[in-house]
Amino acid sequence: MSQKWTFHAILVLLALIGMGTAVLRHLSAGTPFLPGQEKFVWLVEARIDFDVAGGPVSASLSLPDAQLPGFELFEEQTASPGYGFTVTGQGDNRRAEWTKRDAEGEQSLYYSAQLVESDSDGVSAPEGAFPSREYNRYWEDVQELAAKQVLDLAREKSSSPLSLTRELIKLLNSPSSQNAGLLRSETLDPAQLLMQLLNRADIPARYVMGLYLEDARRRQALTPMVEIYTEQEWLLVNPRTGEVGVPTNLLLWHRGGVSVLDVSGGKNSRVYFSMIRQTVPAAQLARVTKGDSIFSRLGVQRLPIEEQSMFKLLLLLPLGAAVVVFMRVIVGLNTSGTFMPVLIALAFLQTSLVEGLISFVLVVAAGLALRGYLSRLNLLLVSRIAALIVLVIFMISAFSIIGYQLGYSAGMTITFFPMIIIAWTIERMSILWEEDGPSEVLSQGGGSLLVAVAAYLLMQMPLFVHLTFNFPELNLVLLAGILAMGQYTGYKLSELWRFRAMDDF
Amino acid sequence: MRKLWVSTRRLKTFGMLGMNCRNVDFINRYNPRRLFPLVDNKLKTKLLAQEYAVPTPGLKFVVREQHEISHIERQLADLESFALKPAKGSGGKGILVVIGRRGDQFVRSSGALIDIADIRRHMSNILAGLYSLAGSADVAIIEDLIAFDDCFMGYSHEGVPDIRIIVFRGYPVMAMLRLATAASDGKANLHQGAVGVGLALDSGRCLKAVQFGKPIKLHPDTGRPLSDVGIYGWRDILLLASQCYDMTSLGYIGTDIVLDKYAGPQLLELNARPGLAIQITNGRGLLPRLRHIENMTRNRRSSAEQRVDYSMHQFAEEDSVAQSMGLG
Repeated sequence: MSQKWTFHAILVLLALIGMGTAVLRHLSAGTPFLPGQEKFVWLVEARIDFDVAGGPVSASLSLPDAQLPGFELFEEQTASPGYGFTVTGQGDNRRAEWTKRDAEGEQSLYYSAQLVESDSDGVSAPEGAFPSREYNRYWEDVQELAAKQVLDLAREKSSSPLSLTRELIKLLNSPSSQNAGLLRSETLDPAQLLMQLLNRADIPARYVMGLYLEDARRRQALTPMVEIYTEQEWLLVNPRTGEVGVPTNLLLWHRGGVSVLDVSGGKNSRVYFSMIRQTVPAAQLARVTKGDSIFSRLGVQRLPIEEQSMFKLLLLLPLGAAVVVFMRVIVGLNTSGTFMPVLIALAFLQTSLVEGLISFVLVVAAGLALRGYLSRLNLLLVSRIAALIVLVIFMISAFSIIGYQLGYSAGMTITFFPMIIIAWTIERMSILWEEDGPSEVLSQGGGSLLVAVAAYLLMQMPLFVHLTFNFPELNLVLLAGILAMGQYTGYKLSELWRFRAMDDF
Repeated sequence: MRKLWVSTRRLKTFGMLGMNCRNVDFINRYNPRRLFPLVDNKLKTKLLAQEYAVPTPGLKFVVREQHEISHIERQLADLESFALKPAKGSGGKGILVVIGRRGDQFVRSSGALIDIADIRRHMSNILAGLYSLAGSADVAIIEDLIAFDDCFMGYSHEGVPDIRIIVFRGYPVMAMLRLATAASDGKANLHQGAVGVGLALDSGRCLKAVQFGKPIKLHPDTGRPLSDVGIYGWRDILLLASQCYDMTSLGYIGTDIVLDKYAGPQLLELNARPGLAIQITNGRGLLPRLRHIENMTRNRRSSAEQRVDYSMHQFAEEDSVAQSMGLG
């Protein structure tokens, strides 16, 4: 009995520690308990990689303006051991400069900025409102002719610089036009092509690099865009779709100057971006990230953004695990593989539910069909599963390619599913099919998917994403709940059905 | 219209044991993990049983390595009939029963003909761990076939009927007979559609019969009335079950016993996580009996005979009450 008492005491203690720490963190660091009360803060991190053979290096990265359409720069930091660092220039020409006397090997430089979502349109600086000639590159006669014809055609149908730009984009993107095709073959970047034509038409335009912000993305690249100057302001135009205006989730990283990244003394230089969305209020952000209190030191926010995005998923796992325990112990659902549903749910988080469900069921069903043939080949178990993994990968490639050709990008999301898990699921299901019949496959497969969907629905709720990430200690409360369920000796819900015959006795 | 569920309160009054309760209060408490291999591995169970002079079907030979499979026909040559089993299989999975030969081919219990290549493939699947609990490597056992006892004539489709007895701390607490049906494909697993017949602990007579969780009166394939099932030598069967406790020291086990026409009751296998469906076939929960044994003070030193006599006496009266309730 005393053992039971200790156990309960530990449970209560765990829950209290978890909740107590969360309350303390709330009071001292000011992290709010509910998401969405505050404006979103985007943490964007640029990572520059290059190789140096030795000798002096300097790297220069174009930086976003402090006042951008839809965003406001709140704070910026760099992490680059051993490098001298300065910010040069103003407004659109701001650049970060790193320098070092002697470097060797692979180098990584970090620049991170905290951007608060705002309603401002940004400062549309009128200076530089003249056509830049840098994109005026040499064209062959044929292309020169094609460009002239495209321009003439667009001029006929338009009345203003903006409508001309729209017409140009429409013409350039039309698959039937021979002239457009000729021009497109010259350069892969539609933004550059558009710039060139606009220059020819004497419309002031500039080349812009934007970053699409999506929560917890890593290794993202900049997207080229074009801005034209008309009626005393800069208008952003998407050279692929012809849309005008700045989308809410687009951050205009690079708006003027020559290049995004310049590295001298190094080679293979590249820059990519990671980002994460937080709900910490801007005023308190400083205290969270800079404060010296124990809570800000022990917060996940202290990690580099690339790792933070990982943790955002990792810290959600206990919730999924608790759902599995609940569904198996209290409800009594049958799942194939104990924690496979959590892994599926995690994959759903990346693919979105419906697409994920469809592609998962498709792959497992196709895998079962293939496995049926494999079982006739008299193979050893290990090589049969290995063969299955290879086939699953082929299937996934096939689905992605076919899906893409048909215009569904959803086909590609299947790659988020853990391959080995899928192969094992197919193997287990196929044995289950042979041994216990298709009804058992449906019951276990359905149970697994049901648990996965339940776990997904909880794990994607903004409240839980916010709580688990900002208050990791709340997972102790979950732990207490999981332990408590581990001692539950009552009936499962499914047993009320299973033992229904007892009503007749 | 049958109700789709039963209330928790009703389950409690019957003393039904739920899976959570079984796992926490009985398996975790009375079955030490280190003893599990004794029952999860049929080969170990068999060797242990031989040591304790508990009768089991005769072991012909064991296939341990993949290379032995290529010349297995030499070892099978003088066997007219046999059962091929994975040592670590669970729930009757991976068991291949050969009842005779026709030329080069083997006749399965279902009447299907297979050849030596099928047997080889089955063996290599077993060795690779296809049927073992955690997918770990396994060995294949070839043992004597059970000779069907006449008392089960007309009560089984293909498979051999087996008697499942739950033994708690050495005391038999509940028993049932499992009869294979066409629906269960010759397997004696209740959830696959085998018929479960609850057996009175004092006499071995039929209490109730259940298929797919519903009460039935006749065998679905042969039409024989299940209430006529009677098993002779009941005390010897209980004794065999009770001895398994001394053999393994596992507190809560399910013993599977078959009746051989010539050799009498044989221990087929043991189960450290016996299922709960036995309660439906008996029309009563296990919990009152388990708690009764649990609260007994004088259970350490008694012999298997004493324990069996105690159970037959202690749990007999209740059974006749249950019978009058259920059938009357």
